[in-house]
Amino acid sequence: MSVNDDSQPLLDVRDLKTYFFTEDGVVKAVDGVSFRVYPGEVLGLVGESGCGKSVTSLSILRLLDAPGKIVGGEIWFEGRDLLRLSEHEMTQVRGNQISMVFQQPVTSLNPVFNIGSQIAEVIMIHNPNVKKAEAWREAVNLLRLVGVPDPERRAYAYPHELSGGQAQRVMIAMALALRPKLLIADEPTTALDVTIQAQILDLLRGLRSQFNTAVVLITHDLGVVAEMADRVAVMYAGKIVEEAGVQELFANPLHPYTRGLIASVPVLGRVRDYLETIPGNVPNLIDLPPGCRFAPRCQARLDYQLDICTQEEPDLIEIAPGHKVRCWLYQDREMHTAPLRQMAQAKSSVRD
Amino acid sequence: MANEAVSPNPISAKNGRVLLEVRNLVKYFPVRGGIFRHVVAWVKAVDDVSFTIHEGETLGLVGESGCGKTTVGQAILRLTEPTRGQVIFDGQDLLKLKGEALKRARRNLQIVFQDPYGSLDPRLPIEESIAEGLHIHGIGTPAERFEIVLEMLRKVGMEDYHAMRYPHEFSGGQRQRIGIARALVLRPKFLVLDEPVSALDVSIQAQVLNLLRDLQREFGLTYLFIAHNLGVVEHISDRVAVMYLGKIVEVAPRDVLFGNPMHPYTQALMSAIPIPDPTVKRQRIILKGDVPSPLNPPAGCRFHPRCPMAMGICARQEPELREVAPGHFVHCWLYQPHEAEPVTAQTD
Repeated sequence: MSVNDDSQPLLDVRDLKTYFFTEDGVVKAVDGVSFRVYPGEVLGLVGESGCGKSVTSLSILRLLDAPGKIVGGEIWFEGRDLLRLSEHEMTQVRGNQISMVFQQPVTSLNPVFNIGSQIAEVIMIHNPNVKKAEAWREAVNLLRLVGVPDPERRAYAYPHELSGGQAQRVMIAMALALRPKLLIADEPTTALDVTIQAQILDLLRGLRSQFNTAVVLITHDLGVVAEMADRVAVMYAGKIVEEAGVQELFANPLHPYTRGLIASVPVLGRVRDYLETIPGNVPNLIDLPPGCRFAPRCQARLDYQLDICTQEEPDLIEIAPGHKVRCWLYQDREMHTAPLRQMAQAKSSVRD
Repeated sequence: MANEAVSPNPISAKNGRVLLEVRNLVKYFPVRGGIFRHVVAWVKAVDDVSFTIHEGETLGLVGESGCGKTTVGQAILRLTEPTRGQVIFDGQDLLKLKGEALKRARRNLQIVFQDPYGSLDPRLPIEESIAEGLHIHGIGTPAERFEIVLEMLRKVGMEDYHAMRYPHEFSGGQRQRIGIARALVLRPKFLVLDEPVSALDVSIQAQVLNLLRDLQREFGLTYLFIAHNLGVVEHISDRVAVMYLGKIVEVAPRDVLFGNPMHPYTQALMSAIPIPDPTVKRQRIILKGDVPSPLNPPAGCRFHPRCPMAMGICARQEPELREVAPGHFVHCWLYQPHEAEPVTAQTD
């Protein structure tokens, strides 16, 4: 599905900064992240542990607890900046307009209530006029919609009686109960087995086309992204380092981190003797290196002998339509044209 | 399940010496209940599993959670005591050994665990964790042991100064390297690698996979590589065995298994893996339902309630693990003659 540039973004995150104020120092978990999500679109937010992808999603719903704090930025959703809403107004947004599915479905459910009443509760909280019996019927319908077998009976089940896949279906039913415009799915299938993952991804795909729900899909799994997303933003150490349409990103990855990430995954049916690796580890978000955060692990920086990478941070610039990258290889300090930039542009115009 | 003598053991594509042979391995866990803690049921975690591993080879063992793959690895090392069966290592049945003889045999078999956080003692500097095996087997003086530890650390890509540090000071990838150093310090012939990279980020996972391959070549190691990630298993294995609910359902050399998967479960498993390439379009087989409980596995073929190809006989009688092509074994009625229906299904 292609993104219609004329349409208004549903979600517009601008320069979001979320820091954690710990005893050891300030952890800049999300440090100036901007992206947009259009109606009906699936945006994949990819990165490794600690890159800030989950904190980004929690910030959108303002679900962060101390020591985490949103210290800057704007989150525009349907004409309102969510960061300026009162807590009461925000409650109306959560669930109603934006809802979320978490990685650990079983721990996200309340163990002492049956699942039917937990789904019914969501419906009644947001629609005070709905009667209990009516809400229960709707809960059963939702369970049927997400493929829970025998929903009339299963609605009485408690979370511990569900398998991981079933529990995730219940979470999705709850998230969709109020037909939100945006669903944030944070590693929705990471805790599940592959055959169950395939069921859940299939379900999400079906629901998205049925209700035209926009999805922010947070994952570390490039395979899941390739199958589900329309556009992808790659995060590294609290920043978006590359953003592109899914086809473009996999066909023509530009940032050395994205390239390394794609090359380091063993792909079914493509056996190589050695996998490409990215040397070193993810940096500590308290003592960040000056310049580009990926520079200490970047081979391309050495190959092209760029000194600027360890001194000054590059911008996220659009170097082809819809394809943005944050890297000095593609950005010149004065002219905003760098050696690889022309190559990348030429390559992408050939592909078009 | 009939005991067809010793079921035919899958032959390796390599013609090396057989280092490890597992025959009809069974592990049932008792479930106790009632006030007298009677055994009320058995969890059939591993139910008649046989395979061989040749010297220098990597056998990948794949399956989803609860299929018994971890129990197989632990039963080989007798970290969990098998209920029945034989584990023949280097000509010796490990399950018959006791005391000193078992201890001696165990020097040659080591394990690397999945969780690099839980598998190292948080109160010991890693040097002591790594040297523990040397202690137990009375190898070397303290100074010599320290030297061996440093050498092992270098082999796994760590620095000498790391030796005196504690586990919490290391990242997940580094801890997994330490776990590998600990396993290799006794110079074993055989390693059980139980999901060694599944807790790691992809960029770190690739580092550890490459390290394992280098170490295998340097020390001539033989691996049993247990994992749920088929991409990783394909990358590292020479042969692959697929498990479902305590049974091996298919075994074949790597390229054969991935090129021509025959068991419907293997086919579904492969088609379920998301491929990081948006241009790949595949026909996906989506299995219905969840994996049944090993407490009460389905009769007949254990996969039949979820199998898109199930026939009448599948619910009644269990198929054999039958060799359908050289080295390619399948545990499925589609590929063996049976009375009720003639064989109709073909491979691809």
